[in-house]
Amino acid sequence: MDYFAQQLINGLVLGSIYGLIAIGYTMVYGIVGMINFAHGDIFMIGGFIALITFLILVSLGLTAIPVILLVVLLVAMAITALYGWTIERIAYRPLRHSFRLAPMLSAIGMSFVLTNYSQVAQGARVKPIPPFITGGYTLHESPDGFVIQLSNIQIMVVVTTIVLLAIFTWLVSRTRLGRDMRACEQDQTMAALLGVDVDRTISMTFVIGAALAAVAGLMYLLYYGLVDFFMGFVAGIKAFTAAVLGGIGSLPGAMLGGLAIGLIETFWSAYFSVEYKDVAAFSILIVVLIFMPTGLLGRPEVEKV
Amino acid sequence: MTALSQDTASASRSAGILPLLKTAFFNALVALVLFSLMVGIRTEAGSDGQLTYWTRFGELASLVAAVFGGSIVIELLRQWIGPTGAEKLVPPAVQSGMSFIGRYLAPALLIFTLLVPVIFYNQRYILDLAILVLTYVMLGWGLNVVVGLAGLLDLGYVAFYAVGAYSYGLLATNFGWSFWICLPLAGILAAFWGVLLGFPVLRLRGDYLAIVTLAFGEIIRLVIINWQELTGGPNGVSGIPRPTFFGIPLDNSDDGLAAKLGIEYSPTHRIVFLFYLILALALLTNWVTIRLRRLPIGRAWEALREDEVACRALGINTTTTKLTAFATGAMFGGFAGAFFATRQGFISPESFTFQESALVLAIVVLGGMGSQLGVALAALAMIGGFELFRGLEGYRMLVFGMAMVLIMIWRPRGLIGHRAPTVYLTKAQAISSDLVKEGHG
Repeated sequence: MDYFAQQLINGLVLGSIYGLIAIGYTMVYGIVGMINFAHGDIFMIGGFIALITFLILVSLGLTAIPVILLVVLLVAMAITALYGWTIERIAYRPLRHSFRLAPMLSAIGMSFVLTNYSQVAQGARVKPIPPFITGGYTLHESPDGFVIQLSNIQIMVVVTTIVLLAIFTWLVSRTRLGRDMRACEQDQTMAALLGVDVDRTISMTFVIGAALAAVAGLMYLLYYGLVDFFMGFVAGIKAFTAAVLGGIGSLPGAMLGGLAIGLIETFWSAYFSVEYKDVAAFSILIVVLIFMPTGLLGRPEVEKV
Repeated sequence: MTALSQDTASASRSAGILPLLKTAFFNALVALVLFSLMVGIRTEAGSDGQLTYWTRFGELASLVAAVFGGSIVIELLRQWIGPTGAEKLVPPAVQSGMSFIGRYLAPALLIFTLLVPVIFYNQRYILDLAILVLTYVMLGWGLNVVVGLAGLLDLGYVAFYAVGAYSYGLLATNFGWSFWICLPLAGILAAFWGVLLGFPVLRLRGDYLAIVTLAFGEIIRLVIINWQELTGGPNGVSGIPRPTFFGIPLDNSDDGLAAKLGIEYSPTHRIVFLFYLILALALLTNWVTIRLRRLPIGRAWEALREDEVACRALGINTTTTKLTAFATGAMFGGFAGAFFATRQGFISPESFTFQESALVLAIVVLGGMGSQLGVALAALAMIGGFELFRGLEGYRMLVFGMAMVLIMIWRPRGLIGHRAPTVYLTKAQAISSDLVKEGHG
């Protein structure tokens, strides 16, 4: 039971990170209707930028951890958002009115570019950082000595996710930008006729999605203490799986899907075999889609004749 | 295309040196921020796990300068070409000439391919490259059945390639069966997996289909890596027997083909044999595809691609249509996999990554989906172009990715933009592929 509780905590933390990436995915999908294959790599770039910023700040002699964290967060979000913006301008905007497969292939190409760009620029080896945030709480200690731990990093990851989810739900449902985004999601031509700047709205979606991916990258870096150039691919598929599982295009769905994938993976690793955890996650995706072809919270697709 | 021409239109309106410099300056500024940390600072983990870093401001500066110069050149090119786009650069006489060439290109290409081993007999490198290209032509034609004809977007095609390769590798090493028994078995097993994948995705469309096929490809790869007792895990399967000429080995022994024919043995014989083998397999794929397109099942695939709802309304059984498309495509993938295993003599999970699936899909889309000639040309361009950068290991995939993006922007509909319809109602007319929905599933 204690073991179960500990795995539940671990699963929720992992799920929060997947959820953060999946939200960016799902927002872009909802508006542009394209699979942004490069999103996982944007997450990876975010992790790298956070790592390098850490390194610089520490070597400058900064010791106040909250200040470091805040600066790293802002720098990573800003630069990664610019990556998202640039990618949209270069690879997706010229293909927006093209047929469906073209933007997807250019996104796959972009994903290769980003992966290999960071490999060429930063090398293929894993980059570790020393643990920054240490300590935690002991929630429960059973007589046989098993301890349920809740570390400060885990609290931070979950709290950050909840806060960001709240901010972005507010952004989408209450602000002008959110209204424009929802309008573009419904009908881009109609939205443009009614005075919505479609190009700007789509750019902003990519910017926000990339910024969220950067936060996820930072959380990953803090939680696992490392980044490497290839982590974007797996994280990208997981986030994609989470988005589809939750019902692609739906923000709460993405979060729910992320949590589901995180929990499935953690419990599978804990009770069965670590090697097959990804197989389990993907298999469950296939099973869910057989019975709910639009995901958990997705709207049923209307067939236009 | 509209967005691009609008872009160029607005660019040409603002002709002049000052806006040009302004754009270039802006691009350079963006590049400076983008590359600042990733290129300007290099991190490396030391021996004790401690990260160190050093600066590379020189490289950063040259990159930013390159972006500045590059954007000036691109802007100038855009203004020179003008708002009508690059297509008007080609005069109509050349265009009609090109369509004339197009008619004779396929037979000419086939004759040239048949003669490749004769022309390049002593150039081992070119022969190896030709075999590689033909393998991808075959894979492209196989995937074309699923994506180009039936319109089902498959991102996990390499899984069937892997199934074929491992079927042959394991059957041949464990039971000692010959290539000619294992080849059909590999195809059948791959087709079986195709049907297995087909079942769950019967109800899915478009992007859901894409993610499930991607997940399926990953599942197959992960199982191959982790099922060590059967597949050897990351170490792969080695010692796969070479193909024989219908039972006669192609080696230096007394039983070998060279000794039986009474000619001097040369290792090139085996390469030439492999070349004709993959050529025959590829042509078989092409021939079967062309024949199937004329049968009811092929027409059902094309109908499915164009409109699934109408398809169902006409009483076409979409279940069998989708399953046969997956099975047929998978079978050809399995053949190609068996060939790959016998050519390499060694297979490992590294050869069956998502990258390969993306490469084959790129070949199909770039070729102009449904166009057999286009797929062959695209395979030649992609694999040949990929070879050019063999020396620059790290930069190779980088350049490949960039090429994929640029080609998609340049020709989103593929090299061959036209496709002949299968059924002529009145007079034969080429349909611009802009008018058809593809990969709709």
